[in-house]
Amino acid sequence: MLEVRLYLAQRASAAIMAPLVLIHLGVMIYAIQGGIDAAEILERTRGSLFWGANYGLFVIAVSIHAAIGLRNILREWLSLRGIRLAVISWIFFAGLLTAGLRAVAAVVLP
Amino acid sequence: MKPHRQQPLYLAFLLHRVSGLGLALFLPFHFYVLALALEGNAELDQFLHWSASPLVKFAEAGLVFLLALHLFGGLRLLALENLPWSNSHKNYAAMALAGGFFVACGFLLRAF
Repeated sequence: MLEVRLYLAQRASAAIMAPLVLIHLGVMIYAIQGGIDAAEILERTRGSLFWGANYGLFVIAVSIHAAIGLRNILREWLSLRGIRLAVISWIFFAGLLTAGLRAVAAVVLP
Repeated sequence: MKPHRQQPLYLAFLLHRVSGLGLALFLPFHFYVLALALEGNAELDQFLHWSASPLVKFAEAGLVFLLALHLFGGLRLLALENLPWSNSHKNYAAMALAGGFFVACGFLLRAF
């Protein structure tokens, strides 16, 4: 049952992220021309509800997606099972989520 | 029938998994850099100045390639699992690879 739930969470997070990744790729290609500096990035993002919601959702979805993906690799390629597999996956998820939301706050909060 | 590891779509699976692993390992570093903005613009600018070197730009293009490849490969997987079966999945996998190169080249052209 756990595997089915993880499979569904992996696919649902992927479907949520697909448009967000397209936006991210577009922004990167647009912004890189002429070099980037902190003022240019922060001018676009600080105080913006749109970018806050966009990247906040992105961080939540990618933390779920990457932690499940890493769990699959540890399980299938390194044959990890049981409590070790669960602990590593949860630590990776929690670490990514915390660091990601902190990064979003850093660039969005005025 | 070919053993599954000799099937072209096994390579697509492998590329999807390896690109995902690469992106997952890069993410903590990416978040760390963005959080430098909490310490002030100067801290973030110091890193961004370093990232303007050509070698780093090529490395960034590599990451853009991994992200685009993982996105297009992931869309192929979602289509494979949720839409009626198609015999064109080898073509779709090749298109995902080409799409990744296209996006990364676009990034490089804009970066230099």
